[in-house]
Amino acid sequence: MPAQLPPEDDAVDDDTAEDAASQEIAARALDRVATREGIAVGVATAAYGVSFGALSVASGLTLWQTAFLSLVMFSGGSQFALIGVLAAGGVAAGPSAIAGAALLGTRNGLYGIRTAPIVGRGWLRRFAAAWITIDESTAVALAQPTPRSSRRGFWVTGLIVFAGWNLTTFVGALIGNTLGDTRSYGLDAAAAAAFVGLLWPRLKRRQALVVAVAAFVVATALTPVLAPGLPVLAAALVAIVVGWSNWAGARSGTPSGTPTRGSGR
Amino acid sequence: MTLWQIVIAASIACVVLKLAGYLVPASVLKKPTLARISELVTVALLAALIAVQTLGAGTGVALDARVPAVLVAVVLFALRVPFIVVVIVAALVAAGLRALF
Repeated sequence: MPAQLPPEDDAVDDDTAEDAASQEIAARALDRVATREGIAVGVATAAYGVSFGALSVASGLTLWQTAFLSLVMFSGGSQFALIGVLAAGGVAAGPSAIAGAALLGTRNGLYGIRTAPIVGRGWLRRFAAAWITIDESTAVALAQPTPRSSRRGFWVTGLIVFAGWNLTTFVGALIGNTLGDTRSYGLDAAAAAAFVGLLWPRLKRRQALVVAVAAFVVATALTPVLAPGLPVLAAALVAIVVGWSNWAGARSGTPSGTPTRGSGR
Repeated sequence: MTLWQIVIAASIACVVLKLAGYLVPASVLKKPTLARISELVTVALLAALIAVQTLGAGTGVALDARVPAVLVAVVLFALRVPFIVVVIVAALVAAGLRALF
């Protein structure tokens, strides 16, 4: 503090310092909220990694292929889609399985556009952020009120889900290897239920509901006709047509491409 | 294609898509058609996967224990039951029906 400044400036500076201190306390409180939310979402998601691991080995993948998916692909919807198509069509359905997983993965790219300004600087940090940009990390980040707590929420959620998902899918794959006939444990129905859980939070708008019903009908009708995997891709065309023309859509409303929270990925 | 090639190719595709989000300008999101199509494609793929996973049997369609299991799952999700609980209950319903009949 320069000595020539009048005393009243001192008082003002004290006030500013107090403001800064109370702002820091408030920011830390928001950080704690973001951390708590991240932990809750992370633990819930990791828990169902066990079911993915078991289903993955049941569909014909090895333990290490399952682990590779969780480490590198790291996107529950895409992972379930890949093993679902492979379970039905085997290696011959490989191209459809890859296309299905990639199409489901496009939404992570859209999330990245929103989270890119939040995650911090440096190419290594941004590379890591992209790797863990999924439904959960994006949803928790965007739900926080300040940029600082958004950044905290993104990293806490993403890192906990990454660690937990990899750990629990590995355990699930080990369990799956010892199960034998997975149908008698109802694991095929569990996979279908998992897809319902992923879809459910996305059905809030009428247009989404219309597309979901149409896609369900198209996929069912084409299953006896087309090779495994192709009915799923054909159903995606329904979405492109409806989305392009905005048929059955509202003029305004909540923006699309917003991640859903809660019931997993 | 081998299983490993499929696993690696699909994984790389998903990582590249994530990285792309950090490279494109934010103005891309201002095009509502693109964002809408992306969200609806996700919805359509998940609905189609439910259909195939619930009704598909090899190269045909079959009604079996999976159908009541998935219906139970739909009801439980509507009641806001946690994800992992619903998945386990669905497995138990299908396993129970198969053990009984």
